[in-house]
Amino acid sequence: MRRYISAYFEDEENLLRAAKDLKEKQVSIQDVLTPFPIHGLDPILGFKRSRIPTVGFISGAIGCIIAFGFQAWAFIVDYPLFIGGKPHFAIPSFIPITFELTVLFAAFGMVFAFLIQSKLGPGANNPIHDERITDDRFMIIVDLDEAGNLYELVKEILLKEEAQDIKVKEIDK
Amino acid sequence: MYVSPIREPLVTGNKTYKKITDEISAPIEGKPGKAWYAGITLTVSALLLGLAMMGYTIWNGIGTWGLNKTIGWGWGITNFVWWVGIGHAGTFISAILLLFRQKWRTSINRSAEAMTLFAVMCAGLFPLIHMGRPLLGFFVFPYPNTRGLWVNFNSPLLWDVFAISTYFTVSLLFWYVGLIPDIGTIRDRIKSKFKKWIYGLLSFGWTGSAKHWQRHESISLILAGLAAPLVLSVHSIVSTDFATSVIPGWHTTIFPPYFVAGAIFSGFAMVLTLLIITRKVLNLENYITVGHVESMNKIIIATGSIVGIAYITELFIAWYSGVEYEQYAFLNRATGPYWWAYWIMMTCNVISPQLLWFKKLRRNLVFTFILSIFINIGMWFERFVIIVTSLHRDYLPSSWSMYEPTIVEVGIFIGTLGLFFTCFLLFIRVFPVIAIAEVKSVLKSSGDQKDKPETKEKH
Repeated sequence: MRRYISAYFEDEENLLRAAKDLKEKQVSIQDVLTPFPIHGLDPILGFKRSRIPTVGFISGAIGCIIAFGFQAWAFIVDYPLFIGGKPHFAIPSFIPITFELTVLFAAFGMVFAFLIQSKLGPGANNPIHDERITDDRFMIIVDLDEAGNLYELVKEILLKEEAQDIKVKEIDK
Repeated sequence: MYVSPIREPLVTGNKTYKKITDEISAPIEGKPGKAWYAGITLTVSALLLGLAMMGYTIWNGIGTWGLNKTIGWGWGITNFVWWVGIGHAGTFISAILLLFRQKWRTSINRSAEAMTLFAVMCAGLFPLIHMGRPLLGFFVFPYPNTRGLWVNFNSPLLWDVFAISTYFTVSLLFWYVGLIPDIGTIRDRIKSKFKKWIYGLLSFGWTGSAKHWQRHESISLILAGLAAPLVLSVHSIVSTDFATSVIPGWHTTIFPPYFVAGAIFSGFAMVLTLLIITRKVLNLENYITVGHVESMNKIIIATGSIVGIAYITELFIAWYSGVEYEQYAFLNRATGPYWWAYWIMMTCNVISPQLLWFKKLRRNLVFTFILSIFINIGMWFERFVIIVTSLHRDYLPSSWSMYEPTIVEVGIFIGTLGLFFTCFLLFIRVFPVIAIAEVKSVLKSSGDQKDKPETKEKH
């Protein structure tokens, strides 16, 4: 059985301070749900930099190689044809399509990486803790230990920052 | 956070987060007014006319158009280039302005990107119909076939296929990724069970988790970084359709930057045309402020002046080159049988935007609206002038000819206008016209609320 405490703030500044206090007291924060990205929250929660740019680079490189390689193969190996007296291996002519496919592959790679990593997609059924998280509420979900020693400490920090609707929930796991 | 007291607020009306959500979601939740029904009746009628004319063209062939042996590209390609150009502003606003950290883009990027998608759809129709047999349109893709042949990778027309289709796809991804959090907002607000299910499906299960936001911001930035050179490449490649040929008036190295500037110029004009009406009808004056209109007008002066310099450079180089065909092409543009098209282009694109140097006019909505229509017309004529006047009199006087469109071509053009505005009218009823989450994130630094929390207390 896992217990956690949830509460929401009406201003992101309160959320930031509360999250900082909790982290200083070594309390683990399960998740923070906000209507828009809060700057300065990632370092507090100890997030590493997203690896999406790396995925974009790799998939872009694959697109680049496929596009250039395919054009070169088709025109040099598979069916060499003289077009306007140009060389078969006409590098400048291949650049536009190579560029376009690099961008296309990188974009698809990143979007898929984003959706899969975040478990988002059509039909994804993630729990909605509060319907106003996507509106104006900044929710924090804090893990509690089984003994319940942390409860008072967490509640105190949350109340200090004017947290609303502090609730303890239990889930079987 | 230091906020310059001089800088004009981007969100007015002392908004809170809740108010922003309520006001931007209102058009989706409420019933459409009479104006909307009147509008969509008109645009769907135009679309139906266009569809009929497209069907007529496909059934009877391209002979139903006014083209002849000398002038092989007429209204069809003019409209194609015009529509692609209009699409450019959306990507410019959402990608390039994001990279330059221009906060004013947050109120207009969503609708501008939607406009991009619709404009590129309209654009793509023209080459497809122009093939004469659109059912064989897939011939342009390099698929393994029994003839053992590949498409010509040396041809700018093929580059165009890749450029336009990539541009459309990447713009769609970029737009949709940006929409996901806002669809989540609508999902959590909407009352009807069926609609909640639909928006739930479309929102991809968005929760607003901090880790998701981190990835979302990262992907938005990198997609913007990719879309920025992409948008510049698209119209550059479109311009090589002309520039790599040997027709006087087309064969110029200035074309790629000149086309890109023209594209952004016409695109911003179309954004203004749409948004000046939209902000009024949907009561979004506090989000799309006069300050936003002024910023867009500044981009219009900048790009309009680049276009003007390009026109004058072309004229000068034609004279300076000493090539008589080149010289004649430009003399013929300005004084030949199509002189009126050239002077409409010059007036609308070079002279009229210079009026925006006056601050009063930049901030005048009625003036801006009229001017934006002028620029749309002027940019259409630019493409007409480049295509038709260059073709109608080139090297051999015995082949000189004249071109005028038939009712079929005009009908197809009206049809694409119908498609564009129908899509836009549907869009404003279904998705938030303004990026809700993005506006909220700039509210504190750029809103006009009286007691800003960061001025009250600092830690």
